[in-house]
Amino acid sequence: MDITFKNVSYIYQQGSPFAHKALDDISFHIPTGKFVAIIGHTGSGKSTLLQHLNGLVRPSEGEVSIGDYRLTNDEKPDNLKKLRSKVGVVFQYPEHQLFEETVAKDIAFGPENFGVDKAAINERIQQILPAVGLGEELLERSPFDLSGGQMRRVAIAGVLATQPEVLVLDEPTAGLDPRGQKEIMEMFYNMHQEQGLTTVLVTHSMEDAVKYADHVLILNNGGKYMEGAPEDVFTRSDALQEVQLDVPEIVQFLTRFEERFGKRIPFHRQSIGELAEEMERLLGREKTR
Amino acid sequence: MAVRAAMQTHTARGGKAVRKKLIEFNNVSFRYGEDQPWVLKNCSFEIDEKEWVAIIGHNGSGKSTIAKLLNGLLFPQEGEIIIGGKPVNQETIWDIRKNVGMVFQNPDNQFVGTTVQDDVAFGMENRGIEREEMVRRIDENLSAVGMQDYRQTEPHRLSGGQKQRVAIASVLAIYPQVLILDEATAMLDPSGRKEIMETVAEVQMQKDLSLITITHDLLEVVKAERVLVMNEGEVWGEAAPRDIFSRKKELRGIGLDVPFVAQLADELEKAGITITKEPLNHAELLEELWTLHSRT
Repeated sequence: MDITFKNVSYIYQQGSPFAHKALDDISFHIPTGKFVAIIGHTGSGKSTLLQHLNGLVRPSEGEVSIGDYRLTNDEKPDNLKKLRSKVGVVFQYPEHQLFEETVAKDIAFGPENFGVDKAAINERIQQILPAVGLGEELLERSPFDLSGGQMRRVAIAGVLATQPEVLVLDEPTAGLDPRGQKEIMEMFYNMHQEQGLTTVLVTHSMEDAVKYADHVLILNNGGKYMEGAPEDVFTRSDALQEVQLDVPEIVQFLTRFEERFGKRIPFHRQSIGELAEEMERLLGREKTR
Repeated sequence: MAVRAAMQTHTARGGKAVRKKLIEFNNVSFRYGEDQPWVLKNCSFEIDEKEWVAIIGHNGSGKSTIAKLLNGLLFPQEGEIIIGGKPVNQETIWDIRKNVGMVFQNPDNQFVGTTVQDDVAFGMENRGIEREEMVRRIDENLSAVGMQDYRQTEPHRLSGGQKQRVAIASVLAIYPQVLILDEATAMLDPSGRKEIMETVAEVQMQKDLSLITITHDLLEVVKAERVLVMNEGEVWGEAAPRDIFSRKKELRGIGLDVPFVAQLADELEKAGITITKEPLNHAELLEELWTLHSRT
């Protein structure tokens, strides 16, 4: 499912003295199957934008389309529930939303709500458990007896069990250790590719955005500040610093390298290994001269 | 490789003044219950006065348990913990807590006051500090963390980083000898993290504190003087950041990451460029490459 925002604004407590414009005239298009990273500092409007994606809020002005579903200020689709079954949202610290007696019941809650029958749900659980790195022996345990990392995985499994076509991730790895962060991101990325999902990732990690996203959207003060391919957006250091965002560490290094050696290595989302080889070619060649 | 190792030992030892021991863990073991697995297994280490030690390890490696043992939120079943010459036990715990200040992960869970200054006053009220002295210490410590203009501000008007700075001021106001940050930056955005680490480095210098930072953030780790690596309840290694990060393969083996420059140095060696000194930041690596480069 593709996602289109057309001149979307969102105002909290509209018409009251506390009115606050959280989104300001935002337009963008995300084609089906893309992986998009949304970046911006705290308060830039990221979370408000996400809430539009499954109709938790409707735009004050403008229009949001997700596939065939259209959301405007005075229109909502009759089948909002159907939309929600297709857009899976992993909120920040999703383990805070666990509530059932057992892991199995918690994972089943979403699909049950959307009317999936028991047998089908069990089949889905069997598929999802290995993907999120949980053992079957945990199914009958209380989710509250698990470690933080395991609880996060249970919560994510609950979202995946609804088999969404659009996956919306709000800082899904915050607070995990490095191995946990990597495992969870790799899992989402594999799913994104295997199932042809449209994925929207809100992150503070420029490194993750570089690694996984095809397209980057940068928000500032509720407006769209920049948009483009990671290699274009992340090389605009001055523009990023203006809105207090860092450039990825590899780009910082390339800038300093150029300052010191007077030679430019372009950023093309290379791995650290590829970068080392490029540097060797530059420096090594110099040596043999 | 031998040259590289020798240089690391040299830099690790060089320039370290003799300081007094502040904290000792002697063969400490801990578990939550008799039928539970050991969370800490026979851990021994020391931390000096005015020293900055980073504790790293995967989730569940025992890092946070160490923090809780340090201020007597938990007591070990085996071994002994000594802080400022006193063993930590039920009798000494109230004295020891005055010396050990802790800041936790979630900025919203540790704000107890209705305004910034009430929050800083809370810990002092508990210790029966006189009003005049309290007012003085509120000024002093809010200034130390750069929050002096927010005295009357309510917590919900503060950013996560600002809340954590207030939490640090509250802890500093009881004049501890050691400040422990237990993943205190994990829930902040990058600018909030930077804000906290700058504040902490500043107050450590100003107030001659020992500092223990429990963290996953590698850029925080390289700022410490010494790193304690925990793995499955045991002290896996203990050395200067440079030495720890030269053991990349082993670190990855226990689920930890190494900084970008350390990874790049590794890949450069693989590509045939010799690196003699494990770099801790971009400038060090570029300097090394420049030396190598200009020699030819």
